[in-house]
Amino acid sequence: MITRRMLMAASAGVAMLGQTALTASAQEDTVKIGLILPMTGPFSSTGRQVEAGARTYMEMNGDTAAGKTVELIVRDDAGTADQTRRIAQELVVNEGVNVLAGFGLTPLALSVGPVLNQANIPAVIMAAATASITKESEYYTRTSFTLPQASVPVATWANENDINRVVTLVTDYGPGIDAETWFTKEFTENGGEIVEAVRVPLENPDFAPYLQRVRDSEPDAVFVFLPSGVGSLFMRQFTERGLNEAGIRLIATGDVTDDDLLNEMGEPAIGTITGHHYSAAHESPENEAFVESFEEANDGMRPNFMAIGGYDGMHLIYAALEETEGEVDGDALMEAIKGLSWTSPRGPVSIDPETRDIIQNIYMREVEEVDGELYNVEFETYEAVKDPAKAEDSAE
Amino acid sequence: MLTILFDGIAYGMLLFIIAVGLAITLGLMNFINLAHGAFAMVGGYITVVLMNRHGVSFYWCLLIAFLAVGVIGAVLERTLYRRLYSAPHLDQVLFSVGLVFMSIAAAHYFMGGQQQLIQLPPELRGRIEIFGVGVGRYRIFITVFCAVLVVALQLALTRTRFGSQLRAAVDDGRVARGLGINVSVVFALTFALGSGLAGLGGAMGAEVLGLDPNFALKYIVYFLIVVTVGGTSSITGPFLAALLLGIADVAGKYYVPEIGAFIIYGVMVLVLVFRPHGLFAREASR
Repeated sequence: MITRRMLMAASAGVAMLGQTALTASAQEDTVKIGLILPMTGPFSSTGRQVEAGARTYMEMNGDTAAGKTVELIVRDDAGTADQTRRIAQELVVNEGVNVLAGFGLTPLALSVGPVLNQANIPAVIMAAATASITKESEYYTRTSFTLPQASVPVATWANENDINRVVTLVTDYGPGIDAETWFTKEFTENGGEIVEAVRVPLENPDFAPYLQRVRDSEPDAVFVFLPSGVGSLFMRQFTERGLNEAGIRLIATGDVTDDDLLNEMGEPAIGTITGHHYSAAHESPENEAFVESFEEANDGMRPNFMAIGGYDGMHLIYAALEETEGEVDGDALMEAIKGLSWTSPRGPVSIDPETRDIIQNIYMREVEEVDGELYNVEFETYEAVKDPAKAEDSAE
Repeated sequence: MLTILFDGIAYGMLLFIIAVGLAITLGLMNFINLAHGAFAMVGGYITVVLMNRHGVSFYWCLLIAFLAVGVIGAVLERTLYRRLYSAPHLDQVLFSVGLVFMSIAAAHYFMGGQQQLIQLPPELRGRIEIFGVGVGRYRIFITVFCAVLVVALQLALTRTRFGSQLRAAVDDGRVARGLGINVSVVFALTFALGSGLAGLGGAMGAEVLGLDPNFALKYIVYFLIVVTVGGTSSITGPFLAALLLGIADVAGKYYVPEIGAFIIYGVMVLVLVFRPHGLFAREASR
């Protein structure tokens, strides 16, 4: 006898079968990218910029690569590493993503290492900038930059431009210490002198004592690395304390003169010398097109160095898919990623086949007023800079 | 050396302006309002919006921030806080922390997560030399402003009728009511004053401390330290505590930058070991 319950169970079973078949066929034509970013919390501006950069790429280049539809799944980790790890696992297991991307901060990027190794899934780091991350797993690659990469050219430039005595002032955490170490190494090797090395705690309400210390040691310049939001506060206090009048120059990595905040920093920022991989004022047709469509899609927000990481990260994934002709296996993708090169809005870039880290130009820029707005105007280029931290490792 | 001392004083004054509102609600009304930082943040955002989008002068912004946040405080007091006066402290803490998180989310939604910056009027920018000591003009402004505020508050609490009504209402609400004091109005006004001062502090602090949605949580430790070290029974207690902590913090960061970030906590621990109720606790009052 066939009961009602049996009928229901049978029909439910059929429905389920149908659904699995559907998802399976959908999966064959789609490539899913899990974008994990801090969209809330103190680092949300990073998340906002990276996501906007990635979306701009898809806007400009369509959502298909090698005949497959690219689907972007954005998740918020609020800037805490355990969340990043959990979300990465969920995305891999439940959503079946083929590539992970994003990662606003170093610890967030590091936390997913074991997931990548187990699931053979590539991770494209679009923001985090501590040099050592890519050593933790064979599946990491990077389209942002590393702090040694940006700091060493600043040191070279300082040596070449009559700056002999420098105080370094960095935030006391991974990237800050990277910046301090590599700047100091390069600068002292070429005859420069580090008068003092100051480290500022991450949660620091007032720069007054540190700035006074810099002023009292009378250096030619102060080399600064601070995360971007804090950087703008620092800049204001730097001028307020009259350090520029005392003849102390401010040299920094580009985080301090973040394009996103530069206009609001106003006059005190003018004349700051920074070294970085991207400026919204970079002169090239690729960059003009990028800035235009980015600003159009985001209510006039200016793209900063985080946005370009998101944009190029998407390009890297598209290009790797073309190379593998749509094959989404993690190892195949990583093979394809190694050695890729392209012309980004920031200039020519490539992925180092040995370290999977980005090789790019580092530009020296000065903050100037252009058409009533402040921009980082590039005036000197150090071409194809590799991450020096890893170059040293392979030499050893 | 003198510059460091002055910077320390100015920093202490800034801590005081933001924390004094908390000293009033916590000390005088015996209510643990952890959402104090949220009121300060609102004051900061009001200033940023008025100055950057509507071109209002900085000084007017300070006044508006004080009044607007005071009104917001009064409304919240009437609708929410009032219910919790007699509740256990744990309930008060949970409630006000909830408010903090709501305020963070709201600030995010309306203003975005980025750092907000204001342009001070030209006469407050830069620094001048006084007797060979270079001092920032804005820091002088903070110091003078704060000194006036302390005197005014102290006089208001000890010399005016409202001050004595308030103290009576806090010490014994029932008797005060019996004497014809409208306790609930007194509390509402005091709470509004405390919130308004927080708003003012947020507005003045935006330039030095920065302003983003996490302001409410980021600096709460500092407000609490000031109030704990100063004791909660007067205005002068937190004031001297703020000065002490400000100078210790700035000097510590200048002379021994390696451990600079911990000095403020070290001072707090030391003070509390010797005077568990704060520097200037009322003897055996509670």
